[in-house]
Amino acid sequence: MLNTRDLTKRYDGHTVVDSLTFSCEPGEVLGFLGPNGAGKSTTMKMVTGFISPSAGSAIVCGHDIQTDTLAAQRCIGYLAEGAPLYPEMTPKQFLDFVADVRGLKGERRHERLNEVIALLHLGPVLAQTIDTLSKGFKRRVGLAQAMLHDPDVLILDEPTDGLDPNQKHEIRELIRQMSKQKLIVISTHILEEVDAVCTRAIIIADGRLLVDDTPKNLVADGGGDLETVFRRVTTNDTAYTSLGTS
Amino acid sequence: MNLVKALFRRELRSYFATPVAYVFIVIFLILMGTFTFYLGGFFERGQADLRPFFDFHPWLYLFLLPAISMRLWAEERKTGTVEFLMTLPVTPWQAVLGKFLAAWAFAGIALALTFPIWITVNYLGSPDNGAILAGYVGSFLMAGGFLAIGSCLSAFTRNQVIAFVITVVVCFGFLLSGFPLVLNMFSGWAPQIVVDGIASLSFLTHFSNISRGVIELRDLVYFALVIGTFLYANTVVLGWKKAD
Repeated sequence: MLNTRDLTKRYDGHTVVDSLTFSCEPGEVLGFLGPNGAGKSTTMKMVTGFISPSAGSAIVCGHDIQTDTLAAQRCIGYLAEGAPLYPEMTPKQFLDFVADVRGLKGERRHERLNEVIALLHLGPVLAQTIDTLSKGFKRRVGLAQAMLHDPDVLILDEPTDGLDPNQKHEIRELIRQMSKQKLIVISTHILEEVDAVCTRAIIIADGRLLVDDTPKNLVADGGGDLETVFRRVTTNDTAYTSLGTS
Repeated sequence: MNLVKALFRRELRSYFATPVAYVFIVIFLILMGTFTFYLGGFFERGQADLRPFFDFHPWLYLFLLPAISMRLWAEERKTGTVEFLMTLPVTPWQAVLGKFLAAWAFAGIALALTFPIWITVNYLGSPDNGAILAGYVGSFLMAGGFLAIGSCLSAFTRNQVIAFVITVVVCFGFLLSGFPLVLNMFSGWAPQIVVDGIASLSFLTHFSNISRGVIELRDLVYFALVIGTFLYANTVVLGWKKAD
């Protein structure tokens, strides 16, 4: 469903993502873990076709993101980091626009719009410009946009960042509900989130894949909690100390 | 095509969702009127045509249209929405075209709102309405050229001020490329064919041909080429700069 092979991104000789190979199947919620600047967002940008890799490839739903970009993008719903939205639009206009671009028509369009609006409780703010919405609502509009065409693959870059505990809980519930039929990749640096929603966790630092396992095994192997594991694998090697890229 | 239409509608609507559209149109109309009546001597000339009106279009466009085009891509890059846009199943061509057409349509709306001057001149005398129509066509095409250049340059930067200034300078070059100011820089060392080539790039020559009421194929082809070339360049620039 989602396969990457030796996915690599270099900027001016600096390697941000280094030969990342992983695969993921529907029904899985893959947690992408790593310190800030580890290359999580860059990987997601490559998988969704926003930037092209320096080397390697990513296959989404059987379509190579570089050679068959549009077909791959059609089966992806993507929430970019910080949930960028057009501030002057209202959520209603924005979702209508996304429905147009996604080619949703007639009854199905109506159904999908109603469903995501209900799921994310956007009803009360539909006619308000996005500019004036709270962070929580903005994030939810971003999620609604990603889920609108009922994609097989959802890629969510820090979906709960900046939300209050109730909102976080709600989003996690939603991810769990959807996870049965879909393949979901979330990136986060919040460890409790991995425990709460992910069926598998990948830890990367400095662009390299360090661990690929279930959260349960991770904890068992680490002989303690996730935090210990995370700190151990991301800091013990001197090669991984130069963080701070993005 | 439906995709281009969706992008076009979103973009055009965004102009009117903020005061940008209204401020622009009001200022545009006020300046047009001022230039035509005071600097152009519309009444004093005593002739029933719109020459003083069209003569100022290139100079007004030079400063006003880059203000429209500067936000096209610079703003998307600044707010990060370019990432949202380019991960939708949309090709760079569709995105560039949809946005450009919206900006062009907006300029067209502003231009169309100058119709009272056409009514005025028809009330005062009996002008050659064919020539006036040609003037409007030429002016609209020239606006397309300015906007295509501006759209392309705004993809280079995430800073709208930079996009504005660079666009004004480049458009100024295009306007003046038929004048000695620009040609003298080349005539000393470049072969005559290059100098002629540069001279024929001038917006002003092609526009004044059309606005005199002579719509010639080569002037139409010229503007089509300018627009096509810069929009193509726009997709290329977008390809390598969008993620910075």
